[in-house]
Amino acid sequence: MLTSALVSLPTATVGEAAIPATGVFTVAWLLVALPLLGAAVLLLGGRRTDRWGHWLGVLASGSAFLVGAVLMVATLSAPAAERVQDLHLFDWITAGSFELAAGLRIDPLSLSFVMLVTFVGTLIHVYSVSYMEHDASRRRFFAYLNLFVAAMLLLVLADSYVLLFVGWEGVGLASYLLIGFWNHSMPNAVAAKKAFVANRVGDLGLLVAIMILFGAFGATDFETVFSLAGGANEGLLTAAGLMLLLAACGKSAQFPLQAWLGDAMAGPTPVSALIHAATMVTAGVYLVVRSAPVYAGAPNALLVVAIIGAITLLFGAIVGCAKDDIKKTLAASTMSQIGYMMLAAGLGPIGYAFAIFHLVTHGFFKAGMFLGAGSVMHGMHDEVDMRRFGELRKYMKITWITFAAGWLAILGLPPFSGFWSKDKIIETAFATADGQGWQPWVFGTVALVGAGITAFYMSRLYFMTFHGTRRWTGTEGAPAAGQHAQNPHESPALMIWPMIILAVGSIALGGLLAIGDGFVHWLEPVVGHTEHHDPVLPIPVIMGATILLVLAGGFLAWRQYAASPVAVVPPRGSVLTRAARRDLYQDEVNEGLLMRPGQYLTRSLVYGDRQVVDGAATGLARLVASSGEVLRKLQNGYVRSYASTMVAGIVVLVAVVLAFRI
Amino acid sequence: MTAAFVAPEIAWAQLTPVLLVLGAGVIGVLVEAFAPQRVRRPVQLALSLAATAAAIVAVAALWSGVRETGGTVVLDGSIILDGPALVLQGMLALLGLVAFLVIADRTESGEDAFAPSASAVPGSDYEEVARRKGLEQTEVYPLVLFALGGMMIFPAAGDLLTLFVALEVLSLPLYLLSGMARRRRLLSQEASMKYFLLGAFASAFFLFGAALLYGFAGSVRLADIAVATTTVVGMDGLLLAGLVLVLVGLLFKVGAVPFHSWTPDVYQGAPTPITGFMAACTKLAAFGAMLRIVYVVLPPLEWDLMPLLLGVTVITMVVGTVVAIVQTDIKRMLAYSSIAHAGFILVGVVALTQSGISSVLFYLLAYGLATIGAFAIVSLVREVNAGPGGAVVAEATHLSQWSGLGQRHPVLAGAFTLFLLSFAGIPLTAGFAGKFAVFAAAIDGGLAWLVVVGVVASAAAVFFYVRLIVLMFFTDPIGTAGESTTVVRSEGLTTVAIGLGVLGTIALGVFPSPLLDVLADAAVFIP
Repeated sequence: MLTSALVSLPTATVGEAAIPATGVFTVAWLLVALPLLGAAVLLLGGRRTDRWGHWLGVLASGSAFLVGAVLMVATLSAPAAERVQDLHLFDWITAGSFELAAGLRIDPLSLSFVMLVTFVGTLIHVYSVSYMEHDASRRRFFAYLNLFVAAMLLLVLADSYVLLFVGWEGVGLASYLLIGFWNHSMPNAVAAKKAFVANRVGDLGLLVAIMILFGAFGATDFETVFSLAGGANEGLLTAAGLMLLLAACGKSAQFPLQAWLGDAMAGPTPVSALIHAATMVTAGVYLVVRSAPVYAGAPNALLVVAIIGAITLLFGAIVGCAKDDIKKTLAASTMSQIGYMMLAAGLGPIGYAFAIFHLVTHGFFKAGMFLGAGSVMHGMHDEVDMRRFGELRKYMKITWITFAAGWLAILGLPPFSGFWSKDKIIETAFATADGQGWQPWVFGTVALVGAGITAFYMSRLYFMTFHGTRRWTGTEGAPAAGQHAQNPHESPALMIWPMIILAVGSIALGGLLAIGDGFVHWLEPVVGHTEHHDPVLPIPVIMGATILLVLAGGFLAWRQYAASPVAVVPPRGSVLTRAARRDLYQDEVNEGLLMRPGQYLTRSLVYGDRQVVDGAATGLARLVASSGEVLRKLQNGYVRSYASTMVAGIVVLVAVVLAFRI
Repeated sequence: MTAAFVAPEIAWAQLTPVLLVLGAGVIGVLVEAFAPQRVRRPVQLALSLAATAAAIVAVAALWSGVRETGGTVVLDGSIILDGPALVLQGMLALLGLVAFLVIADRTESGEDAFAPSASAVPGSDYEEVARRKGLEQTEVYPLVLFALGGMMIFPAAGDLLTLFVALEVLSLPLYLLSGMARRRRLLSQEASMKYFLLGAFASAFFLFGAALLYGFAGSVRLADIAVATTTVVGMDGLLLAGLVLVLVGLLFKVGAVPFHSWTPDVYQGAPTPITGFMAACTKLAAFGAMLRIVYVVLPPLEWDLMPLLLGVTVITMVVGTVVAIVQTDIKRMLAYSSIAHAGFILVGVVALTQSGISSVLFYLLAYGLATIGAFAIVSLVREVNAGPGGAVVAEATHLSQWSGLGQRHPVLAGAFTLFLLSFAGIPLTAGFAGKFAVFAAAIDGGLAWLVVVGVVASAAAVFFYVRLIVLMFFTDPIGTAGESTTVVRSEGLTTVAIGLGVLGTIALGVFPSPLLDVLADAAVFIP
C-alpha cells in the first residue's frame, strides 16, 4: 500500500560503474594523508610544536584543499562516463576467501564533499588561529581539527563500507575530543560523552548494516554491493536501509537520536561551525545518498528516511524558536536543515541531487553564521544569551553584514544561496513519480511550513542580536554578565576574512551552481539521471507560497524582537515554548525510556556479577589456594619422603598399566 | 660361540656437534690442569662459547643432509641423527651458549655465582681465605660442557644403553654444579645431595626398566623393541613394566608429577645460572628422548600406556599450577611453573601426531629462552645487608622483595614481565605460539578434553605470573624490604643473554610460522 507510490520510480542501475583511477587521480590518498600527518606531528611533537603548530594545521588542511581542487579540475575535464574512479591503495583484510582492499572512490559526490570539507575547513582553521589565540592548548586543538579533516575525507572517499566505517568512527572520535575540548568544566565533558553515546547507537546501526550487506553479498565494497543490490530481496534491502538510516540519525542528529547536538555546542565555536554545522553532521545524508542503490530496492526504507527527515525538520524548527542561546538556536536550525536534506534524500532519485545541493549551500551559510556567532561571543566576553545582545550592528559592522548574508540565505530569499537549494527541495517534496497519494501533500506542506518557521526563528536570532535596543550594559538585572564590563568590538582580521569569504558563498554559490542545473548534472554519474516530475501544485504557486510564508515569519520576528523591547529575563511563555526550550522533552524521554532502565539493568548485572560470577571465581580461587596449601605440605624437604612419593607413584603406575592390560 | 667382533663403521661427520662440545670439555679439563689461574676464566669462557657456537654451525651444516635423507643411523644404531635429534642438538647448543653468558657473568661485584672453593666447609676460615684471594671455580665450564654434551646425545640415542650413559653424563655434572653456589651454601649442598640421591634412585628405575625390556626383546635397540612389541607374544608384563620404568626415568628428568619433588628444592638451592641452564636444557634433552620412545616404541601399545601418560599429564599441569600459586619464593615459584610447563609439553607429546613433535620442539625452545632469561634476571636482583653502606649479598628471592622493582628498574622488570607473559602464554609472545601449537596438536590427536584441562590450568597459571607483574609495577616497595633490594649491574654478558631471550621471545611470538614450518619438516623419527 504505502509503497505503491514509489515502486514505479526508476530502480534501474544508479550511476556509472567505477573505472580504475589513473594519472593525477592516483594522488588522491594525499587528501587523507596530509591532514593525518599534520595531526600526527602535532600530537606526537608535543609542546615543541606549540609555537608554529597552528600554522602547520592550516597548511595541512590547505594543501588537502589544493589536492582536492586539482582532482576537481581533472574530473570536470573528464567525460561524464569516466568521472567515477576507484583508487586501489592496498590489500587491507585477507581472511580465507574474503578479501577487502582499501581504496578510495573519487567521483562527483565524494569530490563535492572534499571541496566543501577542505575549503570550509581551511577557512575555519584560519579563523581558529585567531579565535583560539589565548588558549594554552591551541596546538592540541589544531591536531584534533586536522584529525577530523582526515577522518571526514576518509569517510567520504572510502570505496567500501568498512573503510567508510573507519572514517565514520574517526569523525566521531574527533567530535568527542573537540566537544570536550574544555573538559575541565564538567558540563562540557558530559556533553562530549552524550554525543559519543548517541553516536554509538548510530554506529551500531552502521555495523549491523555492514553485516547484513556482507551476509547477503559476501562483500562490503561499494562496487560489488551496488551491482548485486539490484537483484537482492526487498526485505533484506529494507533491513539494511533502515540500519543505515539509524546510523545516519546518530551522526546527523536526526529524530530520535538528535538530543546530543544542542549539548555539543559546548565545544569551541569553530568546532560547532565545522563539525556540527557544515560537515560531520551531514555525513548521514552522504551515507543515504551514497547507498542509493540499496534504497532503490527498498522503497519502504526510503519512505522512513523521508518521514524521519520531515519530523526532524519540524522538531528542530520548533526548538529553534524558543532557545535564547545563540549557538543552541543555530544548532536547532542545523538539525532542521539536515531534516530538509534527509527529506529530499528520502524522496529517492529525484531528491538525491537536491539533498547534496542543499548540503553544500547550507555548509557555507551555516558555517558563516556560526563564525559570526563566534565573532559576537569574542566581542561579548563569551556571552551566548541573545537576550543580553541587541544593537550590535553598530559595534561589529562586518560581522553584522556577513551574518546578514547567511541569514538571508537560510531564509531562502532569492537570489541568495539557500533559495536555489531549499526551494528545489520544497518543490520536489510536492512531487512524486505519479503525482498522487498522500505523500506529496504531507511532505510538501511540512517543508513549506518549516520554511516559514525557519524564517521566524532565524530572524528572531538576527534581530535579537544585531538590532533592537542594547541589553548588554550589564546594569540592570544582569548577574552573570555583570561581572565583566562588556565592550563589543570587531574581531581581528584572521577571523573577519573567513567570514567574508563564506558570506560571498552564502550570497552567490547557490545561484552559480544552479545555472543550467549544473550541480544536478554534475552529480548524475553517481545518483543517476531522473526525469523531472511535476509537483501536485504549479511551481509558481509553491514558490510564491514559500516566499510569502518566509516574509511573514520574518515580519513576525521583526515586530516582536526588533520593533518592541526584548525582556532580558525570558518570559514564562506558553506550554509549547516551555517544551521547546527543553528540546521538546527529548532528554526526559531518553532518560525515562533508555537511561534509567539501562541503569537498573547494569546495576542488576553488576550485582549478579558480584554475587554469582565473582563469587564463583573467588570461591574457586580460594579452593585452589587451599588445595595448594595442602599439596605444599607434601613438599616437606625430607629426601626420604620424596623417594617414597616416587616409589608410590611407580607402584601405582605399574599396577594400573598391568591391571588394564588387555 | 661368539661371532667375531666387527668394528662398526663410524660416520664421524654426523657426530660433529656432540664431539665439538665434549672435546671442548676435555680441553677445558686440561686448561684447568696447565693454564695459570689468572687466564683460566677468559680461556674457559672463550672455549665454551666457541664450542657451542661451532656446534650450532655444525648442526646447520648437517641440516641439508638430514633434510634430504631423513636421517642417518650412526655407530651401528647407537646414535640416530634424524630431524628431531638434529633440531634438538641445535637448540641445546644455542641455549647452552646463552646459558654460558649468564654463568660467566661476575656482575659489578666481581664475584660470580659459584663458591670460590666448593670443597671448603661452609663458613670455615678456608672458605674466607679463598674468597679473599679471589679464587674462582673455573671447573664450572668443562662441567657444563660435559652436561651439555650428554644432553645432546640424549635425544639422539638409538638404544637404551646409550640413553643411560647419556643420562649419567648429563646428570653427574649437574649434581655437582647444584652444590656450588657462592651464597647460601648449605641450601645449595642440600639441593645437590637431594638431586643426587633422587637422581640415582630414578636412574636405577630406568636401568631396571631397560633390563626388563632387554629380557623382553633380546635387544636394547629401540627399533628392535618396537618390532618385538608386535612379534613377541606372552611377555607383555616385561614389556609394559619395563616401558613404564624407562618412562619414569625420563619423567623424573622433566619433573613430571609424581616424580617432581626434587625440582623446587634443587631449583631453589642451585646457583641461579645453573638453575636456568638445567631448567631449560635438561627439559629439552629429556623431552627429546621421551618423544623418541613414545613415537617409536609406544604406538602399538597406545591402549595400554596412554592412560598412564594422560594421567601424569593432567596431574602435572594441575599440581604445578596449584602449588605455584601459594609459593613465596621466586625460584620455587618458577620451579613449580616449570612443572606446570612440563605438563603442557606432555600434552603435545601424548598427541601422537606429527604436529605433536614439531609443537613440542617449538614449545621447548620458547620455554628455554624465557627460562634462561628469567633466571638470569633473578641472579641480578640482590639483597643488601642492613646498616649503612651494606654489602650486596645473596639474591633477593622472596616475592615481597620484588615489590616496586618496576618503578626503579623499568627495563629489567619489563624484560622479566615479557618472560612471565610468555610463560603465561599471552599472545605475541613465544609462549603463546607454543601453547597454541601443542593444544592444536592435541586436538588433532582427538584429545579435546585434555586441551580443556590444559587451558583451564594455564588460565589459573596466569594468576601467579600476573601477580608478580602487579607486584613489580603497581605495588610500592614495602618498608625496609624494598630498600634492601637492589639490582647489581651485569658485566654485560647477562645483559646480552637477557637481550637474546627477549628478542627470541618476541620474534617467535610475532612470527612463529617460519620456525614451525621448519620443525614440521623435520619432525619425523627414523627407527
